[in-house]
Amino acid sequence: MRLYRALLHLFPASFRIEYGEEMCRIFARRREAASGPLRVTALWLTTSFEMIPEALQVHWDILRQDLRYTARTLGRSPGFAATVVVVAALGIGASTAVVSITDHVLVRALPFPRPEELVKVWQKRLEYTRFELSPVAFRDWQRLSTSFSAMGAYTPMAANMVSSAEPARVDGTRVTAEIFHVLGVQPLAGRLFTADDERESASATLIISHRLWQTALGGDRGALGQKVLLDGEPFVVIGIMPRGFIFPNRDAQFWQPFRFGPRDYQDRNNNYLAALARLKPGVSLPAARTEMLLIAAQLDRQFPNGDEGNSANVVLLRDEVSAQTRMLLNVLSAAALCLLLIACSNLANLLLARALARRKEWAVRAALGAGRERLLRQMLTESLMLALLGGALGVLLAVWAAPLLVRLVPHTLPIAELPPLDVRLLLFAGSVTLVTGLGFGVLPALRACGGTVATNLHHGDRGGLGGRKQRLRSVLVVAEVAACMLLLVSSGLLIRALWRIQETDPGFRREGVLTLRTALPWPKYARTAPRFQFYNRVLEGAQSLPGVTGAAYISYLPMTMRGGIWGVKVAGRAPRPNESENASVRFVTPGFFAALGIPRKQGRDVAESDTMQSLQIAVVSESFVRRYFPDKDPLGQVFEFSFLRMRTIAGVVGDVRVRGMERDSEPQVYIPYRQVQDGWFTFYAPKDLVVRTAGDPMRHAPALRQIIRSADPEQPVSDVRLLADIVDADTAPRAVQVRVLGAFAALAFLLAGIGIHGLLSFTVSQRTQEIGVRVALGAQPRDILGLVLRESLVLGALGVTLGAALAYAAARALVSLLAGITPSDPLTFSAAIALALAMTLAGSLLPAIRALRVDPSTAMRIE
Amino acid sequence: MADQHPGPEALLPLPAAAFHILLAVADEDRHGYAIIQDVAARTGGALKLSAGTLYRSIQRMLEQGLLVETRQRPAREEDDERRRYYRITAYGAAVARAETRRLAQLVRLARQRGFAPGRA
Repeated sequence: MRLYRALLHLFPASFRIEYGEEMCRIFARRREAASGPLRVTALWLTTSFEMIPEALQVHWDILRQDLRYTARTLGRSPGFAATVVVVAALGIGASTAVVSITDHVLVRALPFPRPEELVKVWQKRLEYTRFELSPVAFRDWQRLSTSFSAMGAYTPMAANMVSSAEPARVDGTRVTAEIFHVLGVQPLAGRLFTADDERESASATLIISHRLWQTALGGDRGALGQKVLLDGEPFVVIGIMPRGFIFPNRDAQFWQPFRFGPRDYQDRNNNYLAALARLKPGVSLPAARTEMLLIAAQLDRQFPNGDEGNSANVVLLRDEVSAQTRMLLNVLSAAALCLLLIACSNLANLLLARALARRKEWAVRAALGAGRERLLRQMLTESLMLALLGGALGVLLAVWAAPLLVRLVPHTLPIAELPPLDVRLLLFAGSVTLVTGLGFGVLPALRACGGTVATNLHHGDRGGLGGRKQRLRSVLVVAEVAACMLLLVSSGLLIRALWRIQETDPGFRREGVLTLRTALPWPKYARTAPRFQFYNRVLEGAQSLPGVTGAAYISYLPMTMRGGIWGVKVAGRAPRPNESENASVRFVTPGFFAALGIPRKQGRDVAESDTMQSLQIAVVSESFVRRYFPDKDPLGQVFEFSFLRMRTIAGVVGDVRVRGMERDSEPQVYIPYRQVQDGWFTFYAPKDLVVRTAGDPMRHAPALRQIIRSADPEQPVSDVRLLADIVDADTAPRAVQVRVLGAFAALAFLLAGIGIHGLLSFTVSQRTQEIGVRVALGAQPRDILGLVLRESLVLGALGVTLGAALAYAAARALVSLLAGITPSDPLTFSAAIALALAMTLAGSLLPAIRALRVDPSTAMRIE
Repeated sequence: MADQHPGPEALLPLPAAAFHILLAVADEDRHGYAIIQDVAARTGGALKLSAGTLYRSIQRMLEQGLLVETRQRPAREEDDERRRYYRITAYGAAVARAETRRLAQLVRLARQRGFAPGRA
């Protein structure tokens, strides 16, 4: 019998209390009627099997009843329902959007088989922990290492593709044949590269992405075997990758095999390969790292590389996310959870107030026989239903908001731009909703059902004053103010940091410059003569446009490519410990410094007369002089610049932030564009055109396209944009983060304000009689105002103090993002405190006015 | 009370369990176990209501106003004071009649199609 009673617990308590005894009695009768152990067992079995669906049905009955009741009561107060749903949606939506992006970038497994085995293998040189490999180093590493089941190399590239429409610039990747095997992927159609494709004599082959197949080749299976012109050379399409295959980043549209010749294996300083490998099963990352360190040390002894100690670095492909991205996303996630907490406490407060206001209703229902459990259940149904509505709206909000955050998804990972809307996201949103619903539902429900029926009926509207309920609500408000303060301070600090970074002098004048890229294809432009002719025709055309004050070409604009770092040697200068002997190299046409607004400090600009026949010169930046020729007149000094041999300094210009606004850049060296021979450094052939104009630079874009078309009709134009936009793009992830954080702070501010308003309104309505008595006894408006404001100010001050302490702790953790702003920045803190107090006062304004309007005679007559 | 209820047709078709319970309490007030026994006897043991189904149905029927609970026990059941008895309401009888009409109509239609013996 005890077992049967235990089974009865499957039923809702209200049902059990009502019918449990009767059901036990019926079961007892049946038990008596059943004779023999076999029959008794059968009875038990059928009874327990029947019980589960029956219990579920009873639960469902009650749920339906509660839902109907909830819909009715909420329909009667649509304002309340809408507020709760919107607040819940904001909290759930914000956290879902941010967490889904964070999960996408930092947590989710990469879309390859056994992704935990994929590692990047880098060289380590001095302070560079991720230095590319030369083909010869890659070959040696591949040959000597035993930790990997396969190792491949790749390098990003881009090519001009001429299809039926306009010539277009398409991003691709040059890969060794092993890459696809390392990744463990199969093509959608056709085949992957083999060692045969890498032979110099083989016909040129190409694998294309699903997107390129669809857009440029019409999505037709006949595309296999077709020829595609890349930079004027025909390639046979041998494979099509499946939709969603992304490697090494989401821009790559085609893959073409490397063809290393003996020449490629000569220079150990020609570093441009990224290496990807798959760990053998059972080999750990540290073990692989140790092996690579040994191999690198051995090779370093065998092929000493002058002053530089070469070492190796093995990292998981999953971890190829910059510390800054990680930090930005973590900060946002923390902020989103903070907002969710504020939303929850606000909801709890709203429901608590409503529960107290409805106490009479509950008491009446209880008096009519509804048990405590039944009422609790009813309230939970209500809060969960509100949370579900909020959750559904929140998911919509998250889906809508996610594209705003794509700037935070780094290019270094082979992942899509947007996280797919999948089960994980819905599960997260669902569980957040559930926790939210329970979180803001349970407390009020327990509180509301706490009192006995008799006292609640008796006290009516007057109960609860100064009791534990009020204290709970005050605690919630203090928590809201504190969390709001936390968000205000951290977003304030990050806004100030962003401003400071944006105010940093990039080293050039960003306004009024139009830039575009004409990447000249090789081998068409491998010889210098046609290249120089192209530059001259384009630059002459551009300079003749009205309003154009300067035009020039450079190999890569600052902040568009961070590489191109070559070794520098100065006779008689010993290398310093921990200081790289490097400089960034760029080839420029005359007038580049004037066009970009880089100040000339000493000497002269590069000139058309600087050719292979004249003195081999360079223009260097001030930091170059400081590092390599301190205390000397730099003009006429000579240094050895890697492949370019000896260079004489002819001019000194200001420093430019090549690596972006937030990073220190290497000293810069500019080489005259004419001082190269046929086939040299095509990678550094000037390709970025800069045009400085008076007025709106964009209006010259069509004319410039026309000029380029007349110089070479097949030459595509890409990356048409303003220099100012390039500079802005450099800080875009930060700007996005600050904007989102700022929005969170504003929402938190609003929600906390609503929280204070709600609490005080309730207090004032509860104390109407008391206020009436006081006014009748001669209290002045000042006294009444003090009565109301004192409470809100105490809560506000508590919240601000607590929040300021929390914010300081948070800011200390953020220090790497603060760009030199101190975590205790007084301006930010005082602004946040002022805002929080202003919000407290604004929240108390309406309740205070209501208190002042209390008419003593009416107030006392209510009873 | 009766005018608060929707028309008897609104509850049709009646779940089988509910109809049998109405039949069981049609002539006299019965408690739960008696209803189960009555239903089993009348259907020749084909329908054995479980306690859970019985009380779930009864709970709904009470809410719908088909039944009322009565504490006026018939004298012969003096052995058990706490036992609950159920009585059919006028509305319950009306719903049972409506359900009977619906079923009869259905049977007539079936006969016309030759699905069952009897007059066409």
